[in-house]
Amino acid sequence: MEYFLQLLLGGLTRGSIYALIALGYTMVYGIIELINFAHGEIYMIGAFTALIMSSVLTLYGFNEVSIIVLSSLIALIYSSAYGFTVEKIAYKPLRGAPRLSPLISAIGMSIFLQNYVLLAQTSDFLPFPTLIPEFNFMKNYEHVFGSTELVIVVTTVLVMILLTILIKFTKIGRAMRATAQDKKMAMLVGINVNKIISVTFIIGSVMAAIGGILIASHIGQINFYIGFIAGIKAFTAAVLGGIGSIPGAVLGGFVLGWTESFATGYVSSDYEDVFAFALLVLILIFRPEGILGKSSSQKV
Amino acid sequence: MLLRLDNVQTYYGNIQALKGIHIHISEGEIVTLIGANGAGKSTTLMSISGITPPREGKIFFMDREIHNLTPDAIVSLGISQVPEGRHIFPELTVMENLQMGAFLRTDSKETKDDLEYIFELFPILTQRRNQAGGTLSGGEQQMLAISRALMARPRLLLLDEPSLGLAPLVVKQIFEIIRKINFTHNTTVFLVEQNANLALQLADRGYVMENGNIVLEDSSGNLLSNDNVRKAYLGI
Repeated sequence: MEYFLQLLLGGLTRGSIYALIALGYTMVYGIIELINFAHGEIYMIGAFTALIMSSVLTLYGFNEVSIIVLSSLIALIYSSAYGFTVEKIAYKPLRGAPRLSPLISAIGMSIFLQNYVLLAQTSDFLPFPTLIPEFNFMKNYEHVFGSTELVIVVTTVLVMILLTILIKFTKIGRAMRATAQDKKMAMLVGINVNKIISVTFIIGSVMAAIGGILIASHIGQINFYIGFIAGIKAFTAAVLGGIGSIPGAVLGGFVLGWTESFATGYVSSDYEDVFAFALLVLILIFRPEGILGKSSSQKV
Repeated sequence: MLLRLDNVQTYYGNIQALKGIHIHISEGEIVTLIGANGAGKSTTLMSISGITPPREGKIFFMDREIHNLTPDAIVSLGISQVPEGRHIFPELTVMENLQMGAFLRTDSKETKDDLEYIFELFPILTQRRNQAGGTLSGGEQQMLAISRALMARPRLLLLDEPSLGLAPLVVKQIFEIIRKINFTHNTTVFLVEQNANLALQLADRGYVMENGNIVLEDSSGNLLSNDNVRKAYLGI
């Protein structure tokens, strides 16, 4: 029973990270129908920026709390600047082009950013500082659910609540939904669609960077390639839940997290990816629109 | 002169949809643009709104050049369009659709008053206010689409085929409302219609469009009695 609980909570932690990244995929897809393959790289850049900033701040003798807050904040700003710029230079000029063109551009951007970090930093795994402290009240539960896991899950839930409020109840959120549903009409009511697209990339990048920082301090090491793996997994989660659907991305993230966690726990960690992608194949065969997605005939 | 199109030429890729058209509309008028399918009527409206900006020619609104402006800038100047097929945001509620219409407005008090006025004008929308826009009937959606455009408090309202796919009784009701909006708010209306008979009965003046050209321009009365128009568009 305890083993089961351990796997359940482990899956929840993993799923949180997948959900955070998947939200960026799904929101961008919802608005411009593009799979932003460079999204995983934003997550990686978020983790790298946090690493560099925390080292610099440690060098200058900042205390623990200000290191966490400042380096995370700078990482979020830096990542969103990347997300914003990637859209401006790689996708915006291709708006109105056939759908394959921005997709190829996205793959190119992903490869470029990976190699740029590889050259600017290193190809080795770098140790990532444990930014998240051990809480005393978690001592008794440590064997099933540690402090970092708790922070990951709580942060994810908070981010999702904030995102829901933003999308459901604010003017900009309403404009984002309107743009996703009917871009031409959005223009006709006076929405600056380019601005909405930029905002979407920035929000997605912020969430990816949060995921990057959290998982890096959980696992304790990063390299230039982590974005690619996490990106593919989160993309899988977004497709599982139904690409374009925000609750779908969250659900897909958790379903994928649990699948991997239980596959690792009850079968073997070697089969983790096999189960994850077998699930994807099954969903694509039996429910191609995803768990919460709308069938394409309905969307029109 | 509220709106003036001067030698407007619009292309889709290499295909020329508008071949140099001239249109002028004065404040407070109801002007209609009639013509067959594919004549370029919707393209004319989309060119005014900045969605398909003209490659040649000029568009003036209140003596200001607008053909280089973005769609949102054009809306902010006071031109709202109800596009063909209504284009309700299907998953936004009726209320949210109306709020989207007032997207660029910052005068919350007046916006609220306008919302009340809309609900007075279309009582059915009051009952439906929390329903998703996509669940409304065709007639209700058309009312919502017009209301959404009115929420921007436009000086010029562009209407594209408001009668399309609606029952005659509903069409009559909607045309009655258009007349009322024009009368009470002095909102200028530019109406594109395939139902030429109905449109000419409502409008002060009319333009006839064929293959991307304006071929005829006259008062509604004269167009209604014009032999060619009667044969080609009124089916008489």
